[in-house]
Amino acid sequence: MGRVFSGTALAAALAVLCLLGGVAVFLLSEGLPALTAGASELPGGKSFVDYAAPLAFGTVLAAAIAALVAVPLAVAVALFITHVAPPRLALTLGYLVDLLAAIPSIVYGLWGIFVLGPAAVPAMEWLQARLGFLPFFEGPASATGRTMLVAGLVLAVMILPIVSAVAREAFAQAPRRLQEGAQALGATRWETIRMSVLPFGRSSVISGAMLGLGRALGETMAVTIILSVSGAVSFNLISQANPSTIAANIALDFPESSGLAINALIATGLVLFAITMATNMAARAIIGRQAGAR
Amino acid sequence: MEGASELAVHARPQAAPLLSAGVGWRRRAVNTAMTVLIGGAFALAMIPLFSLLFEVAKRGIPGLSVEFFTSDARGVVGGGGAAHAIAGTLIITAVAAAISVPIGIMAAVYLNEYGTGRLRRGLTFFVDVMTGIPSIVAGLFAYALFELFLGPGIRLGVMGSVALSVLMVPIVIRSAEEVLKIVPDHLREAAHALGTPKWRIVTKVVLPTAFAGLVTGVMIAVARIVGETAPLLVTTGVVDSMNTDPFNGRMQNLAVYAYNEYRSPGVMKQAAYDHAWAAALTLIAIVMVLNVLARVIYRRYKTEIR
Repeated sequence: MGRVFSGTALAAALAVLCLLGGVAVFLLSEGLPALTAGASELPGGKSFVDYAAPLAFGTVLAAAIAALVAVPLAVAVALFITHVAPPRLALTLGYLVDLLAAIPSIVYGLWGIFVLGPAAVPAMEWLQARLGFLPFFEGPASATGRTMLVAGLVLAVMILPIVSAVAREAFAQAPRRLQEGAQALGATRWETIRMSVLPFGRSSVISGAMLGLGRALGETMAVTIILSVSGAVSFNLISQANPSTIAANIALDFPESSGLAINALIATGLVLFAITMATNMAARAIIGRQAGAR
Repeated sequence: MEGASELAVHARPQAAPLLSAGVGWRRRAVNTAMTVLIGGAFALAMIPLFSLLFEVAKRGIPGLSVEFFTSDARGVVGGGGAAHAIAGTLIITAVAAAISVPIGIMAAVYLNEYGTGRLRRGLTFFVDVMTGIPSIVAGLFAYALFELFLGPGIRLGVMGSVALSVLMVPIVIRSAEEVLKIVPDHLREAAHALGTPKWRIVTKVVLPTAFAGLVTGVMIAVARIVGETAPLLVTTGVVDSMNTDPFNGRMQNLAVYAYNEYRSPGVMKQAAYDHAWAAALTLIAIVMVLNVLARVIYRRYKTEIR
């Protein structure tokens, strides 16, 4: 009986591995026909690389905006909860931030297109007027708010809780004696944070940022709903013509596709899977190395 | 090293650091500025949360009605309800939980009670990595799996459940592992000293002690997947009428319903948008109730260990 029980436990653990391997194998087997097909058979008559490259560009661009905005904010949020706010409030404030992670992505999408997008239009017009000489804000500014910038900002809100959770854990574990030592030498709160908390949490912040980036790369619905897509490859963040992302493109096209178009979409899914897995493995490796060193 | 000499000369051990006369105005100003900046960043991060909750409540409530919860949308224009979507969400999620919970908890038992060495470390690593699988990729996996056996264009409720399981299993393992870890070793040792075989220790001592925590973990995992849209969009399809059989035909669910009401609103645009927001509100309510309930259960039923 003991054998049976431990065998079942082992089987369950191995099943999880098989699940992960299965994702890779099935995506590969269903994506392969598109990878080997000629350009004329694929949607749009382009080769798979030409088909997938603009999507990969859009995916990375949206995720990069999200990470650029979210990481500094998340670090500040984590510092606020662990070192600035009254300790009695810390638990409640942490719960509020976690609440952001509990909200379904479809709701973020609706909020982005109906609330944040319209609210961001004047700001984007301002950006075009003042910073229009930069390629990012070249414009013409979208009148609906369905832009790369808004999509990136919504993604930033969505990944903020993940990044800040990792940073929070590290900051809370920063050695007390170093902080007390700094304070005993007359350091202000900011100096204490800068000298003993931030250096301690640095690699956690990096890995948290990568986890957040991974999440932003694969996030689907918010981008699908918000972004107005033209397939253009451009760094222009505030116009109506945007590159799509891999995930959003799948969500938009999959329900109406058939035949080789499905295979092509699955193959782009495989590309997305590879990108996010690499990002996540790197992040986890950093966390693991750090935990080992402690 | 200007700052350091300043510290050495002026530090007053007995004085509170901020009020100490030795803290130069410049350093004090930087400290205040950074504190305000950090507090401001937190406030800024909270704006989307409150805006979102407020807007969902404001725009969702007009769409809520008895009809919304009791009828489906078959053959109606602009009206109809989301009962089919609510039923679909419950069924798809329940099947996903039925797949994920046994696998997840047994895998956690293996990792925490049996696993050793490289296999254990490798498994832990890959479970962590799995938490990062994009939800749309999980959906494509389920589609590819079923297409292989049932042919192209297949759409079933259970496909959605399989997709959600890929997302749910690592969350269940993670949380179950956390809970099993805090079961104190002296309980295991006491049972072991009485000659109890290992599997009896696990089933009669460890799992019962951790029970409240396991339930909490499962509920939080369910809350995380119940609002997933993308994997269901590619697996369960879109349908207007009630279907309660996950193994037969397309099945609607709340998240995809909200997306479709937004995306193809038809002639009565405002009514469709109201539906989308009402579905969003219902989803958020389900997620919140699950989260709160999970915490209440944990507080009330957790085993006190001294």
